[in-house]
Amino acid sequence: MSELHAQTVAQVRDTMLPPVPPPRRETGAIRWLRQNLFSGPLNIILTVLAIWLLWVALRDVVPWAWRGVWRASSLNECRAIRDQLYPEGTSAACWAVLTDRWRQLVFGFYPASQIWRPPLALVVFLLAVSPILFARLPRRLLWLTPAAPFLIFWLLWGGTIWGPVAAALGFALGVAAFLALSRARYPILALLAGILLPVLYWSFVAGPLARALAGVAPLALPAVASKDFGGFTLSIIIGLSGISLSLPLGVLLALGRRSDMLIISKASVFYIEVIRGVPLIVWLFVAQLILNYFLPRGTNFDLMLRVIIMVTLFAAAYIAEVIRGGLAALPRGQYEAGDALGLTYWQAMQLIVLPQALKISIPGIVNSFIGLFKDTTLVSIIAMFDPIRMASSIRATTAWGGIYWELYVFIGLTFWVFCFSMSRYSIWLERRLERGHR
Amino acid sequence: MTDAALAAPPPVTEEVAVQITKMNKWYGSFHVLRDIDLTVYRGERIVICGPSGSGKSTLIRCINRLEEHQQGQIVVDGTELTSNLRNVDKVRSEVGMVFQHFNLFPHLTVLENCTLAPIWVRKVPKREAEETAMHFLKKVRIPEQAAKYPGQLSGGQQQRVAIARALCMRPKIMLFDEPTSALDPEMIKEVLDTMIELAREGMTMLCVTHEMGFAQAVANRVIFMDQGQIVEQNTPREFFNNPQSERTKLFLSQILGH
Ligand SMILES: Nc1ncnc2c1ncn2[C@@H]1O[C@H](COP(=O)(O)OP(=O)(O)OP(=O)(O)O)[C@@H](O)[C@H]1O
Ligand SMILES: [Mg+2]
Repeated sequence: MSELHAQTVAQVRDTMLPPVPPPRRETGAIRWLRQNLFSGPLNIILTVLAIWLLWVALRDVVPWAWRGVWRASSLNECRAIRDQLYPEGTSAACWAVLTDRWRQLVFGFYPASQIWRPPLALVVFLLAVSPILFARLPRRLLWLTPAAPFLIFWLLWGGTIWGPVAAALGFALGVAAFLALSRARYPILALLAGILLPVLYWSFVAGPLARALAGVAPLALPAVASKDFGGFTLSIIIGLSGISLSLPLGVLLALGRRSDMLIISKASVFYIEVIRGVPLIVWLFVAQLILNYFLPRGTNFDLMLRVIIMVTLFAAAYIAEVIRGGLAALPRGQYEAGDALGLTYWQAMQLIVLPQALKISIPGIVNSFIGLFKDTTLVSIIAMFDPIRMASSIRATTAWGGIYWELYVFIGLTFWVFCFSMSRYSIWLERRLERGHR
Repeated sequence: MTDAALAAPPPVTEEVAVQITKMNKWYGSFHVLRDIDLTVYRGERIVICGPSGSGKSTLIRCINRLEEHQQGQIVVDGTELTSNLRNVDKVRSEVGMVFQHFNLFPHLTVLENCTLAPIWVRKVPKREAEETAMHFLKKVRIPEQAAKYPGQLSGGQQQRVAIARALCMRPKIMLFDEPTSALDPEMIKEVLDTMIELAREGMTMLCVTHEMGFAQAVANRVIFMDQGQIVEQNTPREFFNNPQSERTKLFLSQILGH
């Protein structure tokens, strides 16, 4: 080929010119500005308008926030400091309310000496979910995951460690019984034993066992009552429990709704429609007032647990509908390929259908999670001290009466940081799961 | 075509692989399959053809119970297909299927597509399943694509992965539902070559296809279906040169005469 060319082509260039950078006007910031902001008369007008609007919005807010007073013990002191520093009539934020009351905003009425516990619980939670959120982390971390709920419960509420340990043993007992019997091929017996054994154990054995163990090895943290939880600790506990519990429940409901078994699908539809059709506030009142009537007398079922259950049940209905969309988007061929290979229903769901359906549903699921997290502020109306109610109670004190913006700016920004992180995570996850579909 | 493809197909045995007797199927009130009687012997290579909507897909999908029949009997490799799920699972693990639209799992790599069912259904250790998968990927001539995702492959490559995926379960019977009709012409040959090679090795195959060249090369029987019935069946030579029924003649003149 090349020999042929050498004889027939008169001149062949044998040195290549290096690429030359484009002319100045075509690079960097100037080029970007020209292309994106000033590419035509309409764009120029829009750009100028946008700059003007930004200016109007920020010209008062930024100096107000910047001049803010950080050290004071009451609003009046704040104002005195401001008047000393700036000329008459200048506005300045009083961030001192945050430095003065941060503990209440973040931890509620959690005992001051114990406030290391909620952050530690959060760390345990993050460690436990990290192998699920990030596939690159070592799988060995998953061993922590089943133990985490009990450890977190103990860290937050305190008391003897043997209570949660005894409770956890019940789950272990159920799982062991189920596995042993289903390996011996008695599926129905396995299911029954898996449910009944733990229930019997919790009713009769767990309590005495915990007490006996506590007598032998008194390992305990100071107990904290549920009414002392408040501020962002409360929001995060309710939000994260709701998020982690509602996802599996939502998956089951979505599968149930598409099930061939009429009773299961009708029951799922009924559940979803009833729960979704009633405002969360109403369900929270139900949790507060009515749920206690249905429970055996004498069981003092913690209000916070009731709220977590309600929020979970509520979010699960939404998650189920989002996932149903993902399931419906899967081509029928995927189910058929799984069937044709001889996979069982649960194998096909776990290995083929759910990984794809959940991936499609990520934006919707995260959307629901963000909604759920912000909706935790609704618990303020059933006498729980979420950050909003906490802010009101701070404003009701003589020291900080009349303060307004600073508290809500802080609460809003904090919520935003959490929600924005969830959103970024979901975008990252979607990218990572991208598989070059066509 | 490769050397293997040129070798003569092995003889058909007396052993029954699939026995369908007096089988009927309805979609609601629509009678899709009427009184189907079909015996497939081990080692047979059967091509099923017929006009669109004649029930070809439905017939072969009944054999691994992707569709349920309402009347009659289907016995696959000695196991009767009933509502008994154990039988269904047993049959499905013995019968491989290749679909028109490949139906690969897009979230798994080619290798994972091939090892999934052996690991989870046959309980084969992962290492061994991967070796088997590589063996069959070599056989369909795409071992170098093992780490890619299906979305990164061409249609012909995807279909060959689908064939390898089915083979990894070491099936006794393979079903093909128009495996080449979603492919561009230049990719049809690579898939047909793979199928021909498989046929020459003695795999029992039921193949819905309009590739008459394939039928002539490897089939030992061609079945013509129309309106839910088996209208005619014969050796490829007789079928193409000497069709019996009017409907067959009409169909052949349409697909061969363009
Ligand atoms: N799920 C279904 N519900 C109702 N009717 C169906 C269903 N699936 C197929 N049919 C009908 O059954 C008949 C046979 O369909 P089938 O897919 O078996 O045809 P085919 O011979 O494979 O046709 P093609 O060559 O177009 O693939 C068609 O008339 C079709 O409309
Ligand atoms: Mg078809």
